[in-house]
Amino acid sequence: MVATFEPKTDYKVIGTRPIRHDGYDKVTGRAIYGADLTLPGLIWGVCVRSPHAHANIKSIDTSAAEAMDGVFAVITGADMPEAPDKLVDLGEGNVNFKWASNKLMAGDKVVYRGHPVAAVAAVDRYTAEEAARKVVVEYEVLKAVTNVVDALAPGAPIVLEDLVGDDLGEDVTNTNMAEHIRHEFGDVEGAMASAAHTIEREYNMQMVHQGYIEPHNATAVWDEEDRIKIWTSTQGAFTARTQIAGILQVDVSKVKVTPLEIGGGFGGKIPVYFEPIAAILSKKSRRPVKMVMERVAVFETTGPTPGGRMIIKLGADANGKLVAATADIWFEAGANPGAVIGPAAMCVYAPYEIPNTRIDCWDVVVNKPKTAAYRAPGSPQVAFAMESAVEELCQEAGWDSMQFRIDNSSREGTRRGDGVLFSKIGMEEVLEAAKNSDHWNAPLGDPPAGKKRGRGMANGYWFNIGLKSSVNLAVNSDGTVMLIEGSTDIGGTRVSMAMHVAEVLGIGAHEVRPSVVDTESVGYTDVTGGSRTTYATGYACWIAANNLVDELKKRVAILWDISEDDVEFSDGVFSSKAESEKTIDFKELAGKLADLGGPAISTGSVDLESAGDGFGLHIVDIDIDTETGKTDVVRYTAIQDVGTAIHPSYVEGQLQGGAVQGIGWALNEEYYMEEDGSMANSSFLDYRMPTSLDLPPIDTILVEVPNPLHPYGVRGVGETPICPPIPAVANAINDAVGIRLYNTPMNAGSIMKALSK
Amino acid sequence: MTTTSPSMVHIKTTVNGQVHELLVPPYMSLLDTLRELIGLTGTKEGCLDGNCGACTVSVNGRIVDSCLVLGAEVDGKEVDTIEGMATPEGLHPLQQAFLEEAALQCGICTPGFLVAAKSLLDNEPSPSEGRIRHWLAGNLCRCTGYDKIVRAVQKASTQ
Repeated sequence: MVATFEPKTDYKVIGTRPIRHDGYDKVTGRAIYGADLTLPGLIWGVCVRSPHAHANIKSIDTSAAEAMDGVFAVITGADMPEAPDKLVDLGEGNVNFKWASNKLMAGDKVVYRGHPVAAVAAVDRYTAEEAARKVVVEYEVLKAVTNVVDALAPGAPIVLEDLVGDDLGEDVTNTNMAEHIRHEFGDVEGAMASAAHTIEREYNMQMVHQGYIEPHNATAVWDEEDRIKIWTSTQGAFTARTQIAGILQVDVSKVKVTPLEIGGGFGGKIPVYFEPIAAILSKKSRRPVKMVMERVAVFETTGPTPGGRMIIKLGADANGKLVAATADIWFEAGANPGAVIGPAAMCVYAPYEIPNTRIDCWDVVVNKPKTAAYRAPGSPQVAFAMESAVEELCQEAGWDSMQFRIDNSSREGTRRGDGVLFSKIGMEEVLEAAKNSDHWNAPLGDPPAGKKRGRGMANGYWFNIGLKSSVNLAVNSDGTVMLIEGSTDIGGTRVSMAMHVAEVLGIGAHEVRPSVVDTESVGYTDVTGGSRTTYATGYACWIAANNLVDELKKRVAILWDISEDDVEFSDGVFSSKAESEKTIDFKELAGKLADLGGPAISTGSVDLESAGDGFGLHIVDIDIDTETGKTDVVRYTAIQDVGTAIHPSYVEGQLQGGAVQGIGWALNEEYYMEEDGSMANSSFLDYRMPTSLDLPPIDTILVEVPNPLHPYGVRGVGETPICPPIPAVANAINDAVGIRLYNTPMNAGSIMKALSK
Repeated sequence: MTTTSPSMVHIKTTVNGQVHELLVPPYMSLLDTLRELIGLTGTKEGCLDGNCGACTVSVNGRIVDSCLVLGAEVDGKEVDTIEGMATPEGLHPLQQAFLEEAALQCGICTPGFLVAAKSLLDNEPSPSEGRIRHWLAGNLCRCTGYDKIVRAVQKASTQ
C-alpha cells in the first residue's frame, strides 16, 4: 500500500531560500572535485584510443611504452576480467556487465572511435600521454554504420557479431537491432480511419551530449588486501560500486566508492568509464592511479543521448478531440545495446488523453559512443515530434493550439501510452497558468530591422522516479543535527535535504548539517538522477526526522519521569500532555541528552515505486535574421507543476538550466559525424552550447500541485524542463518565417535552406 | 618532475599575493602549475583548449584561460585565482551574491565565472545586463542557463 499525504501550506522552512551549506566551499575554490584529489605516491593513467570507429585489432605492441622511464603499468583488453552477460538495474537505466566491460576496453574489435585499446600509468600525466603514443596498434578497418537507417538496411555491417536482438520477444541474430518493443491500446486503425483530421510526419535528430563542464575522472587504489578504493565524480556512488564490482568481477563489499564533488552529470555520470581501468592499473603498479578524461574523449566516448528517426501520426475528430495516434521510433543505442526506448514510449503521448494508441520502438546499435541517460532520457526527442505534429495538426484544421492542448489534456485517470494510469497530475493547471501568463498574453512586439519574430510553445513530460535512499541523523549537544546521506549533490540537494529535516524538527535549515558520504558510511542509495533526489532522499529524511522525534520523546519521558506516550511534539517544542506548561525545546533537550540515555540517532530509508509525474509548458519568442538564418531567443518562460518547491531558487534553477539545454539542442548542438564514424566537432568551440550572450533571462512560473505521494508534496523537477524547448523553438520558427523544420539542429544553415525553397 | 622532460624553467611568480619560486617543465600549462605544483585546485580543468573558461585566472589584472598559458610565462607576473578572492574580512560581494542568488548548481564553472566577473566589476562597477552577458560569454555553464549568474553579478555590482 502506497502512503498518501494531504497537502499542507503552513511551512516554516519549506519554501524558503537558505544559502546552501556547500556553497561556501564552492565559491572559494575549496570544494574538492574528482580531479582535485591527490594521494601520496599518486601516478597518472591515460588511455590509448582507437582512431577508427569500426576495426578489428590485429595486434597491440606495448613494449616501447613499457620500456619508458617513469612508466609503471600498461594494460590491454587482455587484462580485463571476463564479465558476464548479465543485466543489472541501475535505477535510471540498466547495465550489462559484458557490454559495459567491452565499452571500457576493447577485446579484439573496436566499435566506436576513441574506444580504449590499452591504458598506461606513469609518474605524471605528460609522461603517461607520451607513453600512450608509443603503444603500436595494428587495425583492420571495417565499414562503419552511423545512423539507424543504414544500420537496419539489408547487408549492413554488423557492429556486434554476438548480439542477439529481441524483436517483440523473438530472438534475432546477425543484426544491429537490439530490441523492438510495442504498446498498443484500443482500435487504432479503426479510430484513425474515422478521424476527421489526420497528420503524419517524420522527424530526424542527431545525437547530442550532456555537456557537463567537468570531465570524467577517477582515482583508484587496489590494496594488498584486494580491497579497491575509488574516488570519483559520479551521480551515484552505490551504482558506481555495482558497475565497478561487476566489471572487475569482485564482491561489492570489496569496493569502496567515495563520491567527490561532481561538476555536472545530467545522466552522463551514471555509467563508469575510468574507475575499473584505474583500478587495474593500480593493481598492476601497486600505486594510487588517477585519470582525468580529455574533452575530445568526453565527446567521442561518453554520453551522449540518442539521435534517431520518428514517425508520428495523429487523428482527431471534427470537434478537435484526439482519437488515435501512432508512433514509430528508431533510436541509436551507440556501440552497445541500450537506447532509451522504454522512456520514449512512456513519454510520447503523456500530455494528452488519446483513447487509441500504438507505439513501436527499436533500439539500434551503430558505430558511435554508447548512449547514456541525458536529462529526461528519450523524452525531448519524442516531445519534438509530438508537439511539432500537434501544432501542425491544429494549423491544418484551423484550431487554436492552446485550446486544443487544454481540451485534450491528460488528467488523473488518463492512460499513458504504455498503459500506466495517472494519479493526481498537474497538466491542466500548467496549461491554465500558461494561458493566463504575462508572456502568452503579451503582444509579440516588433523585431529589429531585418528580422522576423515568432512565438512558439510546447508541452513536456517526465515520469520521475522514486527508488532507494538511506539517511542517518545524529543530534549534537548544541542543538544541531548531522545529516548523513548517500545522494551526491549535483545542484543544491544538500540544502533541500536539510530543509526536510529542519521542517520536522522545528529548527533552522542551517542547524542541520548535511554530508554526502562514501559507500561504507550510509545505506544503499540510488543515483542522483530521474529527478528522484529531493523526492526520495527527501522522503527518507522526513522518515528519519520523525524517527528522531520518537527517540527524543523517550528522553523527555526520562527527564520528566512520565510515559513517552504523554509527550507531545510541535514546532520544535516537546510538551507534556498532562501539564501543558511543561515544555522543553529541541535545543535545550539536545544539551541534556548526555544525561538522558546518551547519543540520539535515527535512520530513514525508502524504496519508492511511484514518484508523481511532472508536466511543463514553455513559451518562447525568437527573432530570425532572414539574411543569415541566425535565431535569437528574445523572451522565454518555463511553466511547470513542481509539486511543492522545497527551495524555490534551486527549483527555478532546474527549470532555467533544462530550458537552456533544450534551446542548445534545438538550435545548435549535434554530433556532426563523418561517414567513417568520426565526430567532426569534438570540442566546445565546434560543439556549440549556449553562452550567456545567446540568451535572455529565463522566466519561470512554479505551479504547485502537491504530490500526494510525498509528505511535503514534492515532485521531481529536474528533467521535465528539457522536453518542451525543442518543439517550442520549432513552433516559434514556424510562426516567425512560415517554415516547418523536421530535423535537429534547427541551425542557421537549416533555416536558410528551408527559406530558400 | 618527469623523467623525460628537458631542463626545467626557473620562475618567480606572485600568486594571490604570495611569492612562489618554482621549477616548471617548459611545456607545463599555468593551469597545471597552479594545480599540480602549487596545490591551488580551485582553478578547474574543463576542456584544455580555451573554450570553456573554467580555468580562468587573472594575470597582471587581465583574465586568461590558464590552460592556454604556460607556467613559464608568468615569471615575474602577478596571478590571481579564486583562492585569493575572499579576504580575512569575508567573502567578496560577488561570492556572497552567487550564494544568495543560487547562481551555482554543480559549481565547477563557478571559480572561473567569479574571477571573470570580478575583472569586469574592477573596471566597470555598474555594467548593464547586456554588458555582463557579453563579458561572461567566454565562460560556459551547463547547469544554470546563466539567468541567476547574471542576476548575481548585477546584485554585486550595485554594492
